[in-house]
Amino acid sequence: MRDLLSVDDLDRAAIEDLLDLGDDFVEVLGRDVPKVPALRGKTIGLMFYEPSTRTRLSFDRAAKALSADVLTFTVGGSSVSKGESLKDTALTLKAMGPHLMVVRHRATGAPWRVRDWTALPVVNAGDGAHQHPTQALLDLLTLRRHFGKVDGLRVAIVGDIRHSRVARSLAGSLQTMGSSVTLVAPSTLLPIHVESWEVDTAGGIDQVLGEVDVVYLLRIQTERGGGEVFPSVAEYVSRFGLTRRRADLLPADSVVMHPGPMNRGVEIDPQVADGPRALVTHQVSNGIAVRMAVLFRLLTSEVPE
Amino acid sequence: MRYLITGGSVLTESGPEDVDVEFVDGSVTRLEAGIQPDEHQVIDATDSWVGPGFFDLHTHLREPGQEWKEDIASGMAAAIAGGFTSVVAMPNTDPVIDAGHLARQITRHEPIRVIPSGAVTLGQEGTQLAHLDDLWAAGVRLFTDDGYTVADAGLLRRAMEYVAQLGGLVAQHAEDPGLCRNGHMHEGSVSSRLGITGLPAAGEEVIIARDLKLVELTGCRYHIQHASTAATVELIRSAKHAGLPVTAEVTPHHLMLDHREVESMDPVYKMYPPLRTPDDVDALRAALVDGTIDAVGTDHAPHAAFEKDVTFEEAPRGIVGLETAASIVRAAVELDQTSFFERMAIAPGGVLGEAAGPIVVGSSDLVVFDPEAEWTFDRPRSKSANSPWLNQRLKGTVTQVFTRSGLVSTDEEGES
Repeated sequence: MRDLLSVDDLDRAAIEDLLDLGDDFVEVLGRDVPKVPALRGKTIGLMFYEPSTRTRLSFDRAAKALSADVLTFTVGGSSVSKGESLKDTALTLKAMGPHLMVVRHRATGAPWRVRDWTALPVVNAGDGAHQHPTQALLDLLTLRRHFGKVDGLRVAIVGDIRHSRVARSLAGSLQTMGSSVTLVAPSTLLPIHVESWEVDTAGGIDQVLGEVDVVYLLRIQTERGGGEVFPSVAEYVSRFGLTRRRADLLPADSVVMHPGPMNRGVEIDPQVADGPRALVTHQVSNGIAVRMAVLFRLLTSEVPE
Repeated sequence: MRYLITGGSVLTESGPEDVDVEFVDGSVTRLEAGIQPDEHQVIDATDSWVGPGFFDLHTHLREPGQEWKEDIASGMAAAIAGGFTSVVAMPNTDPVIDAGHLARQITRHEPIRVIPSGAVTLGQEGTQLAHLDDLWAAGVRLFTDDGYTVADAGLLRRAMEYVAQLGGLVAQHAEDPGLCRNGHMHEGSVSSRLGITGLPAAGEEVIIARDLKLVELTGCRYHIQHASTAATVELIRSAKHAGLPVTAEVTPHHLMLDHREVESMDPVYKMYPPLRTPDDVDALRAALVDGTIDAVGTDHAPHAAFEKDVTFEEAPRGIVGLETAASIVRAAVELDQTSFFERMAIAPGGVLGEAAGPIVVGSSDLVVFDPEAEWTFDRPRSKSANSPWLNQRLKGTVTQVFTRSGLVSTDEEGES
C-alpha cells in the first residue's frame, strides 16, 4: 500500500489489517505515555483546503502519537481561488520535505492530483463528495470493537447521501466487509443513479427502525432552511429525524453513529445523541488510532502480505 | 508554383475518380487522367483521398482576449494540420463578437478562411439582442451564444424571427441552466460514484425540444451544436422528417469516448456537453453515417496546460480538436470517401451556404488525406495541447492542404 485514496483500493484483508493495527493503537493511546517512536524522523504534510477542525486535529494527533513531525497548510474555502494553484502549493509544501501528504479538498480527485504532482504517498482526508476513507475505517473500527465483527451487520445510512463523501466511503467499505447497507433519504438526497450502488433504499426512517444494527446519521445542511432539496427542516425531521420515539423502536442492541458535527434536534434528538446507544465519542477517539494505523502502514516497511 | 497531384482517388462531381489534379496559382486548372508533368511539383497521392478541404463549423480561436490559449495564427496552423481550409470562429472571445467591427477584426481569407460567427445576445448575456444587422453586414451568417444557452425562449424567438428575415441561422449550445447547474460531467453511474454533480442528458434535450417548437413558429434555420445524446438524435430525426430547416453537428470526441473515461478524474476529459454513455456514442455514430447528423464540428477548445493542471471540477471545459478530427472520425465510423468528405467538408459548408462541393476545375480548397497512413500527434500546432490523443498513434493522415494561397500545409520538418 503506497497511498490511501479510496476505499475501493482496499480489499477485505487490507481493511482487517488496518483495523487490527488500529486496535493496537487504541491500546497505545490508553497508556500513561500515549506515544510510540514508530515514525520518529518522519514528517507528515497536512494540506487542508476546507475548514475541518476535527479531521485535521485527528491527523495531527495521530502523527504526533507516532512521534512524527507535522507541517500544516490550511486555507479558508473562499480565499483559495485568489491564491496560488493547488499544484504550486503542493510543490511548495513538498519542497519542505514531508514524507507523506494528507489532503482535504472540496473537489473530487484532488488527492490523486497531489500524488501525481508530488510523487509522495498521499492520504485522502476527504475530496468533494467522493471519498473519505479514514472516516470509513474509523467507523468500521468502532463497529468491530463494539460488535466484535462487521460482517453481517445491517446498517442504515440516513441523510444527505448524494453530497456525502462519508456515505460513499462507508457504503463501499461496508459492502466489502459483508454488511448490508440501506440508504435512507428523500429522493432528492439519494445518489443519482442509486441503482448502480447495489444497495437497498428507503424513503423514510420508520421503514428501517425495527431491523437495523446501526443507524448512521449524516449532517443535514440547514443553513438555508431546506427549500432547495427538501421543503423544510421540519418536514425533513418528520420523515427522517431520529427522534426519541423512534430511537425507542430500535432493536435493543443497536447503535447510533454520526460523523459530526451534529445538528441536535434535526437529524438526531439531543438526548439520543447523548444516550447509551450513541458511539459518537468512540468514533472520534478511534479516528486517531485508525489514522495512526494508516500513517504507520504507509511510512514503515513492515508490510505483511 | 504548379502542382500535379497524381495517383489519388479524387472526389469529383461524379464521385471518386482516379484522376490527376493540376493546381496552379491557387486553383485547380485541370482534372483528368494521365496529365504529364511539365515543370510541376509532383505530389504522389497514391492510396490517398483527394477532396474538398475540411470545413469546421465550430472552432474557438480565443482571439481577441485569450491569446495565451490560442490566437488566429496558431489556430489557422492547427486547422491546416488537420486538413481544414475553413473554420467558423465562435464568438465567445473577450470581448464577445457581438458587433460588426469585431467580426471584421477576426475575418481571414488566407492562408485559410476564418469565418466569424456572431453572438445572439449582447455580450452573450442572454438579455438583449446582439447587433444582428451590423454583424450580418460584416459577413456573419451563423449566430450563437456558444458556451452558453440562449435560455429565455421569448428572447430566442425574437432572435430567430430577426435572423430568419436576414437569411441567417441560429445555432444553439443546448444546456438547460437549471438542470445543469454546477454540473461537471455526464449525470450517470460514473458521476454517482465520483460524487461529482452531473449534467443530465435531459438538460440538452429539453432545450432542443423547445427550440424545435420555436423553429416551427419562426421558420428560422436552426443548427444544433455538438449533439451528444441518443434522444437528441431522435429529436433531430423527427424534426427533419417534419421538414423543419434543421441541421446538426457532432464532435469527434463524442463519437469516440464515453463517460467512463472520467473515472480517471483527468481534466482532459472535461468538456461540455460532457462525454455521455456508450449507447449515446452508438446513436451518434449511426446518425452521422445515415445523415441525421449532417456534419462533424470539432468544438476545438484550447486551454493552456496550467489551466487544465487542476482538479476536474476546477478545470475549464473543452479539448483541442482540429488536428485530430479527421483521424478520430475515421476511427469512430465507417464512412466511404464520398460520405467522409460530405460530413467533413460539403455538409458543414452547406450549413453556412458556402460552396464546399466536390473538386472541379476552379476549386481552391483541397486536401490530400491518406486514410490508412499512421502518424503520432506529438507536435501540436495549436498553442494548447489539451487532447486525450496527445502523443498517441492515430490512423488517417492529412498530407497536403491547398487553398487560394497555394500549398499551405507543412511537412514533418515544418517546411512549407
